[in-house]
Amino acid sequence: MSQPTFDTSEQPQFFLEEDHHIESSTNLGFWLYLMSDCLIFAILFATYAVVGRNYAAGPSPADLFELPLVAVNTAMLLLSSITYGFAMLQMERNAKAETLFWLGITGVFGAIFIGLELYEFINLIHEGAGPTRSAFLSAFFTLVGTHGLHVTFGIIWLITLMVQVSMYGLVEANRRRLMCLSMFWHFLDVVWIGVFSFVYLIGLVG
Amino acid sequence: MFSNPDLLKFIFGRLTLEAIPYHEPILIITFIGVAIGGLALLGAITYFKFWGPLWRDWITSVDHKKIGIMYIILAIIMLLRGFSDALLMRAQQAIAFGDNEGFLPPHHYDQIFTAHGVIMIFFVAMPFVTGFMNFVVPLQIGARDVSFPFLNNFSFWMTTAGAIIIMLSLFIGEFARTGWLAYPPLSGAAYTPGVGVDYYLWGLQVAGVGTTLSGINLIATIVKMRAPGMTFMKMPIFTWTSLCTNILIVATFPILTATLALLTLDRYVGTNFFTNDLGGNPMMYVNLIWIWGHPEVYILVLPAFGIFSEVVATFSGKRLFGYASMVYATCVIMILSYLVWLHHFFTMGSGASVNAFFGITTMIISIPTGAKMFNWLFTMYRGRITYDVPMLWTVGFMVTFVIGGMTGVMLAVPPADFVLHNSLFLIAHFHNVIIGGVLFGLLAGVNYWFPKAFGFKLDAFWGKLSFWFWLIGFYVAFMPLYVLGLMGVTRRLQHIEDPSLQIWFVIAAIGAVLIACGIACFIIQLVVSFIRREELRDATGDPWNGRTLEWSTSSPPPDYNFAFTPVVHDHDSWYDMKNRGYSRPLQGFKPIHMPKNTGTGAILSGLSIALAFGLIWYIWWMVAVSFVAILAVAIGHTFNYKRDFYIPAADVSAEEERRTELLAKQV
Amino acid sequence: MTTQTPVAPVHEDAHQAHHGHSHGHEAGHGTFKSYMTGFVLSVILTAIPFWLVMGDVFESKIMTVSLIMFLGAIQIVVHMVYFLHMNTRSEGGWTIMALIFTIVIVFIALSGSLWVMHHLNTNMMPMSPEMMKNMP
Repeated sequence: MSQPTFDTSEQPQFFLEEDHHIESSTNLGFWLYLMSDCLIFAILFATYAVVGRNYAAGPSPADLFELPLVAVNTAMLLLSSITYGFAMLQMERNAKAETLFWLGITGVFGAIFIGLELYEFINLIHEGAGPTRSAFLSAFFTLVGTHGLHVTFGIIWLITLMVQVSMYGLVEANRRRLMCLSMFWHFLDVVWIGVFSFVYLIGLVG
Repeated sequence: MFSNPDLLKFIFGRLTLEAIPYHEPILIITFIGVAIGGLALLGAITYFKFWGPLWRDWITSVDHKKIGIMYIILAIIMLLRGFSDALLMRAQQAIAFGDNEGFLPPHHYDQIFTAHGVIMIFFVAMPFVTGFMNFVVPLQIGARDVSFPFLNNFSFWMTTAGAIIIMLSLFIGEFARTGWLAYPPLSGAAYTPGVGVDYYLWGLQVAGVGTTLSGINLIATIVKMRAPGMTFMKMPIFTWTSLCTNILIVATFPILTATLALLTLDRYVGTNFFTNDLGGNPMMYVNLIWIWGHPEVYILVLPAFGIFSEVVATFSGKRLFGYASMVYATCVIMILSYLVWLHHFFTMGSGASVNAFFGITTMIISIPTGAKMFNWLFTMYRGRITYDVPMLWTVGFMVTFVIGGMTGVMLAVPPADFVLHNSLFLIAHFHNVIIGGVLFGLLAGVNYWFPKAFGFKLDAFWGKLSFWFWLIGFYVAFMPLYVLGLMGVTRRLQHIEDPSLQIWFVIAAIGAVLIACGIACFIIQLVVSFIRREELRDATGDPWNGRTLEWSTSSPPPDYNFAFTPVVHDHDSWYDMKNRGYSRPLQGFKPIHMPKNTGTGAILSGLSIALAFGLIWYIWWMVAVSFVAILAVAIGHTFNYKRDFYIPAADVSAEEERRTELLAKQV
Repeated sequence: MTTQTPVAPVHEDAHQAHHGHSHGHEAGHGTFKSYMTGFVLSVILTAIPFWLVMGDVFESKIMTVSLIMFLGAIQIVVHMVYFLHMNTRSEGGWTIMALIFTIVIVFIALSGSLWVMHHLNTNMMPMSPEMMKNMP
C-alpha cells in the first residue's frame, strides 16, 4: 500500500478543534428502510409469480377482477401522491395552514383507497374467493393486503404528523418527518404500479 | 366462574395447565435451577440497590458501547442455553443404540435440536456479532455514537424480546419440532398444530425487527459519521466487514420476515402458500428461506474475518497485508453470497443446469475467501508475532476454517451432495465453519476488545486453557461426524439401530464435554479477571499497541468517546498518530452534544413479548391490548422533541484531567 | 430517531444555522412544475395499460403483457425521479447505490425463484391442473 504523502516538516493535525459537523443521517436511514421494505414486497411478488396460477380448480383473475374499480383505486393513489407533493411545496414555503390542508386531502384520498380495497376484499370473500380458496388467492390477498396495510400505517402516521405540525409548527424535526413520510407515501405508489400492472392487468390478460 | 369453558377460553386462549411441562423431570429440574438462579439475581440486585443504576445507566441507555456490551451478555447467556441443548443431544446419541431408547423421547429430542439451531444462530451468533459491531464501529470511525441512538436501544430490546419468547417455550408449552428452518409442510398447521412453531415464528419475527433496524443504523453510521479524513479506503477492516455485513442484513432479513410471515398466514389464516393442497408449494418456502439463509452465513462470518484482520495486524506488529484486496474480497463475498442459495437443496430436484450453476457459484466463493487467508498468512510472515490469547484464536481459526472450507467445496459438487445431503457430514461441515470461523473470531474479539470495554485485560492463563479445550474439543466432537456422514448416517436421529456406529458417537460426546470445559474456562476467565482486575488494569487505553482509533481513547472510553474528533491521515490511523508524535490535547474542551437516554425501547420490547405471547396462545384480548399499546407508546415517543443534551465543557475537562493523571502515573 | 436537535434555543450558534441549511437542499424537494410533470406522465402511463386491457387492443397476449411491463417500468422511473427526487447526487450518491443494489437483489430473488421453481415443478410433482392434464 502506498504511504500517504505528507509534509514532514510540519506535524499534521490529528484532531478537530471545532465540533465535527455531521450531516443528518435520517434521509439515508429512511431510504435504507424503504429498500428493505421493497425486498419484502419483492418476495411477495415472487411468491405471486410462482404460485399465482395455481387456481386449484377455483376462480381465476378473469372471474374476479373488476378493472374499473382498480382504475378508480389507482386514481385515488395517484391523486394522493400529487397532493402530498403540494403539501411538501407548501412546507417549503413555510405555510403551515396550507401544508395541513394538503396533508388532509392526501389522507382523505388514502382513506378512500383503503375503503375501496376493503370493499373489493369483502366482495371477493362473499363470492367464496377468500384467501384460503387457492394458492393464487392467498398470494393475491397477501400482496395487495400488505400494500393496503402499509397505506393504513401511512395514514396513521399522517394524522400523527398533522397533529404535531399543528402543535409545534413546521420546525426542523417536523420537516424531516414530513420528508420521510413523503418518501414512504411515494414509495407505496411505486409498489402499487407493480401491483396493478403485474397482478391485475397481466392477470386479466392471462 | 372457573367452570365456564368459554370464559376460560377467552381469558387464556389455548393456554391450559397441560401446557406446563410438570411431567418432564428434565424441564422441572431446569426450571427449579432457573428459578433459584433468577431469584438470587433479583435478590442481589435489590440487596445492592442496583435497580436504579440498572434502569438509568443500562436498560434505558442509548450509548452504543453499553448496548454493544448488553448484546454480548445476551449472546453469552444464550450460548449457555444453546450449548446445554448440544450436550443433551450428544449424550442421547451416545447411548441410544439398539434396545436403549436413551433419556430423551422423540418429541423432546426434536425440540432440542430445533432450539439448538435457532438459538445458536439467532440468539448467540447474531447478537454477538451485532454487539461487536455496535461497540467497536463508532470507536473505530471516530464517532461519538451511532446515527440513531434510540433506534439502537430499541433494536437491542427487540432482539432480547425474541430471545425471551424463545426461552418461554421451555416452560410454557413446547418449542418447534421441525428443525431450525421449520420446513413446511411439516411446520404447517396440518402436521404441527401446537404452539411450537408459533413460538418459533413470533420469536424470530420480533428479533428480526431489531436486527434489520440495527443493520440500517450501522450502515448510516458508517456512511455518515466517519471522522474527517477517513475515506472508504482508509477505514479499518473491521469497519469494512461490518459495513458489508449490515448491507447483507438489510438486504436479507426482510426476505426472512416475508417468508416467515407467509408461513404464519398459512398457520393462522389458513392460506395455501406452502400447503400440500389447493395449489400450495412447500418447495417455494425452502427456496425463499435459503435466499435469506445463505447470506446469513456471511453475515456471521464477515465480522469474524474483520476481527481476525485486526488481531493479526496488531499482534504481528505489521500493517495488514493486502488491505485493498481484503476490501475487495469482502465485497465480492457479499455479492456472491446471493447467488448460491440453491446449494442447500440440490437434492430437491432442480435440473442439471440449475444445480450446475449454483454449484459453480458456490465454488467461486472460495476464491475471495482463500485470498483473505493468504492475506492473513502474509501479514504474519516476518511479523513480530506475540501469541496473546486473541492471536491463538486466530491461528486456531486459520487451521480449522480451511478444513471447513474445503469440506464445503466438496458439498458444493452436486453429485457429491446427493450422497452427503442431510448427513452428519453436513453437520460437521457447518459446525466446522461456524465454530472454527465465527465463534473463534468472536472469542478472539472478546479477548481483544475486553480491556477497551472494561479497562482491564482478561486473564491469559484461563484464556489459553479455554482456547485449547475449545480447539481440541472441537476436533474430537466433529471429526467423528465427518466419518459418520461419509458412512451415510443422517442428521437429527433420536435413536440409531447399528451398534457398530456407537463408538463414533461416544467420541463425539467426549468432544462436547471438552468444549463444555472450554466454556467453563471462559466463564472462570471472566470471574478471575474481575477478581484480579487491579493487576490486569490497563491505564494506557492501548494495551496491545493497537493500530486503529478505538485504542486512542481511554479504557473504558468516556461517554462521548473522543473529546475532540480525530482527523485521519492513514488507514492504521492510531498507529500513524503514535508514529508521528501525536500529543493528546489537554485544553480547549467544548460542551459535547449527546443523545438522552429513553425507556421507550424497553417498554416497546415488553409489549412485543405480550403481543407475541397472545398470538402464540390465541389470547386475542392480549393481542389487541398490547398492539394498541405498542402503537400508543410509539406515537407518544414521537411527541418528545427534546432528545439530547450537552455534556458541559467542565465535565469533559474533568474527565480528561483524570485520564492525564492516570497516564502520568504510568510513565 | 436521531441525534439532531429540533429546537435548541440555547445553542443558536453558527454551526446550528449551518445545520438547518444543509438538509433543506440536499434532499431536493422539487417544484410545482416537476410535480405536475410527474403527475401528468404517470396518468398517461397508467391510462395506456388500462386501455390496452379494457379495450382488448392487441390480439397477441405477449405483446400486451410486455407492453404493460414496459410501461410499468417507465412509470416506476417517473415516480422515482419526479416524486422521490432520485438523482445521483443525493446523500453523496448513496441513495442511488442502495437503489441499484436493491434492484439487483430483487432481480436475483425474482428471476432466481422463478427459474428454480420452474425447474422443480417440471421435474417433480405436478402442482397445477394444467400440468396434471399433461401427465402421462
